[in-house]
Amino acid sequence: MTAQVTSGTAACPGCIASPAEPARPIPQDVQIALSLPGIHCSACISKVERELNAHPGVEDARVNLTLKRAMIKAAPDLQAADLIPVLENAGYEAHELDPGALSATQTDKAGRDLLMRLAVAGFASMNVMLLSVSVWSGASDATRDMFHWISAAIALPAIAFSAQPFFVNAWSALRVRRLNMDVPIVLAIVLALVTSLWETALSGKHAYFDAALTLTFFLLAGRYLDYRTRAAARSAAEELTALEVPRATRLVDGVEEEVSVASLGVGDLVLVRPGGRMPVDGEIVSGQSELDRSLLTGETLPVFAQAGLNVSAGEVNLTGPLTIRATAVGEDTSLHRMADLVAIAESGRSRYTSLADKAAKLYAPGVHILSALSFVGWYLYSGDIRTALNIAAAVLIITCPCALGLAVPAVTTAASGRLFRKGMLIKHATALERLAEVDTVVFDKTGTLTSGTPELTNLGDHARSDLEIALALAEASSHPLSVSLAKSARDAGITPAGVKDTVEVPGFGTEGLFRGQRVRLGRAEWTGAQDGDQTAAWLSVAGRTPVAFLFSDSLRAGAAEAVEAFREAGKDVILISGDTQGAVQALAGKLGIENWIAQALPQDKAARVQDLSNQGRRVLMVGDGLNDTAALAAAHVSISPASALDAARVASDIVLLGNNLSPIADACDTAVKATKRIRENFRIATVYNIIAVPLAVAGLATPLIAALAMSTSSITVSLNALRLR
Amino acid sequence: MEVLAYLIPISLFLGGVGLVAFVYTVRSNQYDDPEGDAQRILSDEWDDKPKP
Repeated sequence: MTAQVTSGTAACPGCIASPAEPARPIPQDVQIALSLPGIHCSACISKVERELNAHPGVEDARVNLTLKRAMIKAAPDLQAADLIPVLENAGYEAHELDPGALSATQTDKAGRDLLMRLAVAGFASMNVMLLSVSVWSGASDATRDMFHWISAAIALPAIAFSAQPFFVNAWSALRVRRLNMDVPIVLAIVLALVTSLWETALSGKHAYFDAALTLTFFLLAGRYLDYRTRAAARSAAEELTALEVPRATRLVDGVEEEVSVASLGVGDLVLVRPGGRMPVDGEIVSGQSELDRSLLTGETLPVFAQAGLNVSAGEVNLTGPLTIRATAVGEDTSLHRMADLVAIAESGRSRYTSLADKAAKLYAPGVHILSALSFVGWYLYSGDIRTALNIAAAVLIITCPCALGLAVPAVTTAASGRLFRKGMLIKHATALERLAEVDTVVFDKTGTLTSGTPELTNLGDHARSDLEIALALAEASSHPLSVSLAKSARDAGITPAGVKDTVEVPGFGTEGLFRGQRVRLGRAEWTGAQDGDQTAAWLSVAGRTPVAFLFSDSLRAGAAEAVEAFREAGKDVILISGDTQGAVQALAGKLGIENWIAQALPQDKAARVQDLSNQGRRVLMVGDGLNDTAALAAAHVSISPASALDAARVASDIVLLGNNLSPIADACDTAVKATKRIRENFRIATVYNIIAVPLAVAGLATPLIAALAMSTSSITVSLNALRLR
Repeated sequence: MEVLAYLIPISLFLGGVGLVAFVYTVRSNQYDDPEGDAQRILSDEWDDKPKP
């Protein structure tokens, strides 16, 4: 619990999104968890629950709107994959989550612990306040003393229990000879209790038990808000990570066995099935296929793969099974070398000091000096250590950062909540503040601005008979280009021709017999055509020149709006991609981006972002691939879509849960507003201090004034934050 | 002022009841989905009879 409540100094994103845990056994009581980024109202809840409960095998389904999740109790043989289409037909986007990872957040101990302390502080302060009000309204002599003693009896154990997080934090800061926000807090609480006890024992007029408790209550409220916001983001980020179970198929003497990727060694033979991702770096021993390298390099054109070719971990095998001999595993793979780049780039970002830390740095010494000065001043003036100590305590209590403690968490909670409803997950505590400063936006192309699925562009150029043959061949394959071709053709009302004996030749395409003639759909050289620089599938019918079906990567929903919104807001938009010149230029033209770079290596991307930072730009990087990770980490702030590779998501501050890109521009807007509110809150807190501190130093402050100043400032600050929702 | 002898224990007791009730609501997961609960009240499903 100590780690979570430090005032916003957990700097590395890696601490917040911990790496994937090893695959765990699914619990006996089968539970399916689905993430539903699109739900937002009571109609959505009932519709989703109705659809799910109506599905055979579902015993009970319940939607949690706060976390945008559905928890489903189901028959053992029901899979999440069966339920996702049900919801998609009803119009809701759904992703599977690992229920094992979720159960960890449900019994969230640290959050409950904080909530308990908050409750104890709240109830104790209500009771003590009741007694204090009677004192303020005129109780005197023995009655007042009795009320003070009862207050002490409630306040001492309540504070001993509920203020523990502050004690622990202050102690850990003092031990390394540093000051944090908790040091003045603890000093104020302890000094208030000690002087109040002393005063009570001497039948004095003023006791600050209520102030000490209210202070603890408001500060705990701030901590709890802060914790809740971050815990929600952390758990969701972990769920995304838990989606990818790192397993591989190893071949031992021709026998297949399922092993975890971590146990693979150099020289092992690994079988990668179509659709699978390379677990290690290696060399292809047998098999023919095509490889999708887009996550590593940004290239959209699949690469032909056959025995002898070197493959890197992270590439996706498209058509035929491949056997590879591992040449580098674990830490040595190119994937991990990329992660090292990230570690280097990251150290730069951790230097960012949050607004709260800046305020604390100014504030903590100031308060101590002020309090010490008033103690010394009054001691010299009156020669009475009791008066001097009382005034010093009053100064500490009145200046205590009640409103300051709420100023940042109240705003970030409101802002994160607002962004979460739009499908964005704020992973990092200072991400919003950094996002507000952005003036340059760098986009990756493949998988970020585009959805990574090919789209047929020249359907109209082909004869109907060709389309019929192509459709028949395309439907025999699960290659992304074939799937896309088949879908477009079907949508255009084409029916497949009667092609017989269709076979898929892994790595090349599909062939069959049409009216006794050989027809082929596939790679250029295999169909006898000349390869161009655009993604294409070629159709050859015996005796005719092959015709090309051209594909382009389809634009992600909301990409155009996001780019447009950034340009209108006066930000520079830059497109950096590892893809070919032609593809990048075409997309840049479509979106109206003037500044673009093609064929960028991962290092180039990171270097370019670093250059911009060195010129004093604040860069927002939006990317999804492994080739973007270094750039994501080097940027001032970074966003990645949920479909991004694990490493990219870990390196970024904000994860986009839905498929639509348009909330990004909105997030910048919200971030600017949030930072404005935080600054306003600091100003409000300062104004209250400016009014109340002279009173305290002059010795005129009473517990009533302290209670009023503290409560009004805290409430004003919270209300100001709520305007953001 | 003898009334204080009753009133103070009563007020402390009532405060304690409130605290225990709150602890019960936390333990029974009633704060897991505040937004959903706020929206569910608008739905007219299960208005005539409670959900089994």
